[in-house]
Amino acid sequence: MSAGLSFFEFLGERLPDLLLALREHLTLSLIAVLIGSAISLPLGVLLVYSRIGWLNSAVFFLANLLQTIPSLALLAILIPLMGIGARPAVLALLLYSIMPVLRNTYEGFRSVDPHVLEAARGLGYSAAQRLLRVQLPLAVPYIMSGIRLTTVYVISWATLATLVGAGGLGQLIVSGMGVNQPYLIVAGALGAIALALAADLLLGWLESALGRRFGLRGGAAA
Amino acid sequence: MTMIQIRDVNKRYDDGFHALKNINLEFRQGEMTVLIGPSGCGKSTTMRLVNRLVSPTSGTVEIGGRDIRSIDPVELRRSIGYVIQSVGLFPHMTIGRNVAVVPRLKRWDADKTARRVDELLDMVGLKPDLYRDRYPSELSGGQQQRVGVVRALAADPDIILMDEPFSALDPLSREQLQEDVARLQQELHKTIVFVTHDMDEALKIADRIVLMKDGEVVQSDTPDRMLRRPANDFVRTFIGQKRLEAGGAADVAEREAGPDLGGFVMADGPTVNDVMVTQPAVTYPGRGLAEAITTMERRKVDSLYVVDRQRKLLGSVSIYNVMDSYGDEDKTVADVMMPVRYSVQSGTPLTQAVELLASHRLHNVAVIDEDSRFIGLITRGSVVRHLAEKLPHGDNGEEPGSSTGLGPQGGNREEHS
Ligand SMILES: Nc1ncnc2c1ncn2[C@@H]1O[C@H](COP(=O)(O)OP(=O)(O)OP(=O)(O)O)[C@@H](O)[C@H]1O
Ligand SMILES: [Mg+2]
Repeated sequence: MSAGLSFFEFLGERLPDLLLALREHLTLSLIAVLIGSAISLPLGVLLVYSRIGWLNSAVFFLANLLQTIPSLALLAILIPLMGIGARPAVLALLLYSIMPVLRNTYEGFRSVDPHVLEAARGLGYSAAQRLLRVQLPLAVPYIMSGIRLTTVYVISWATLATLVGAGGLGQLIVSGMGVNQPYLIVAGALGAIALALAADLLLGWLESALGRRFGLRGGAAA
Repeated sequence: MTMIQIRDVNKRYDDGFHALKNINLEFRQGEMTVLIGPSGCGKSTTMRLVNRLVSPTSGTVEIGGRDIRSIDPVELRRSIGYVIQSVGLFPHMTIGRNVAVVPRLKRWDADKTARRVDELLDMVGLKPDLYRDRYPSELSGGQQQRVGVVRALAADPDIILMDEPFSALDPLSREQLQEDVARLQQELHKTIVFVTHDMDEALKIADRIVLMKDGEVVQSDTPDRMLRRPANDFVRTFIGQKRLEAGGAADVAEREAGPDLGGFVMADGPTVNDVMVTQPAVTYPGRGLAEAITTMERRKVDSLYVVDRQRKLLGSVSIYNVMDSYGDEDKTVADVMMPVRYSVQSGTPLTQAVELLASHRLHNVAVIDEDSRFIGLITRGSVVRHLAEKLPHGDNGEEPGSSTGLGPQGGNREEHS
């Protein structure tokens, strides 16, 4: 129907739809990453301190398992349980986001030099102070890179959210396929790519800023 | 007065390793106790009993008469200075913040803390303006170690635990810090427990030395008594071997043993050749000053004799001569060395050498042969060691077999006396 338009004219014409899709996409992804991190960060810390060996293996096994379920199947499972809309989409995405943050948090805390921890203990940091003032800051770079990785993945997976009626950039792609409108497909795909790249850049910058803040990236600045 | 009392302590680690076997020790108020012994003998474990980093499997630890299990471990640790063996600075905090850790935990006000930090950095030769805001990764190993030491002193604790605090330092700053710590202990009556591998360091700073082996205390005594009455062959070899490794190390043990020397060396038997250190640290006139320092560092001495290729004695350099001119890269040992004013000929009776040491207040005296070649060094330490080996061992129940180590002269001397 609009075959006569160029891609940019098309973009101009459909701009409100595009922006809406972008916003939905971003919201879905952000909520998923935030909730996912809110779960996996403390869980990771808990695992560092748990003395129950099998608990660690069980949690990591489960988190790994979640990661392997095909996303389409996961969504299909969630529809009968939660109906359609944003909620099942967010749930599916946050389940995917758990593993990278969990693993990196765990690794980050474990990577803290035991001598540094002994010094903290010996100088009279309480357990909570050790956690918040020594281990957490030293683990921040690991945690941040987990969050960054997860965010990029989630943004790309969120294109499937449209299958449960949650909208987002995937919506453009799917309707583009339905009405045989390649511009729509391209716009959706490019939007998702741009969003992922932007998130990656932003979080990468944040990561190195935090690294500098905590004195972990050499100190040529001094 | 006893400050810290360790009573019947055994420690088995989780893996079943029996690290401490029935340890009984007391650390006295205002004294510096040095724990020494081979690697893995349990020095760190013993020290860590005191701040509850290690809890005994059986037995008790008391501070000021109070069982430390009744003290909150976090409060206990804040009141005890602790220098960890591996330094353990917090990599995400600046040097200033690292030093301020305990004052901040104790909620000192910010001004007082900042003043204290600067004062301490100054004390160990790190200019506060230059170093306060750096991160540990921007400091050398030795500088980090100094920060680790002052971090333990920051909140002015009465008890200080120091686990090999000077192991990464060059001889000059090591000596400087040893003096600072000794002064701290003498002026402010700190109770210090100090772990080291280095017998010279122990002899120099200790009020009391605790020699350990395989999780047991072999001997706990003043440095003087340990030199005079080693409890058994292990102590003897430990002292001897360590002292020999140290080569011509100078002034060790003078503090303790100095006044007694004259009285004991009356026997006419021993000559300087029996007593001298035979591999003294030397350097050559053409060597650069940095090389000289490296040699001193390696041999753990503060002065070197300068010899030519034929081992003829040309002079001596002390660390102070070297440091004075250190900035000048073109200078060599020959430019800074001092003439050797006193030396003794091979075969001279030991008494003469000792008189020379005493009357001129020398740290050591060189022994030369007929061709004025440098063949050995009499140090105060070597004299003391000789005495410790040769003198009757008094009441310590020494078995007769142990005299086999004394060599043939031992028999000769008995005939004379
Ligand atoms: N947490 C632990 N679990 C099991 N064994 C341990 C533990 N800590 C120390 N050990 C063992 O206990 C023994 C004594 O250790 P300790 O650290 O007290 O030795 P050390 O005398 O300080 O040695 P070094 O001079 O090498 O520092 C060693 O054999 C060591 O391997
Ligand atoms: Mg140790």
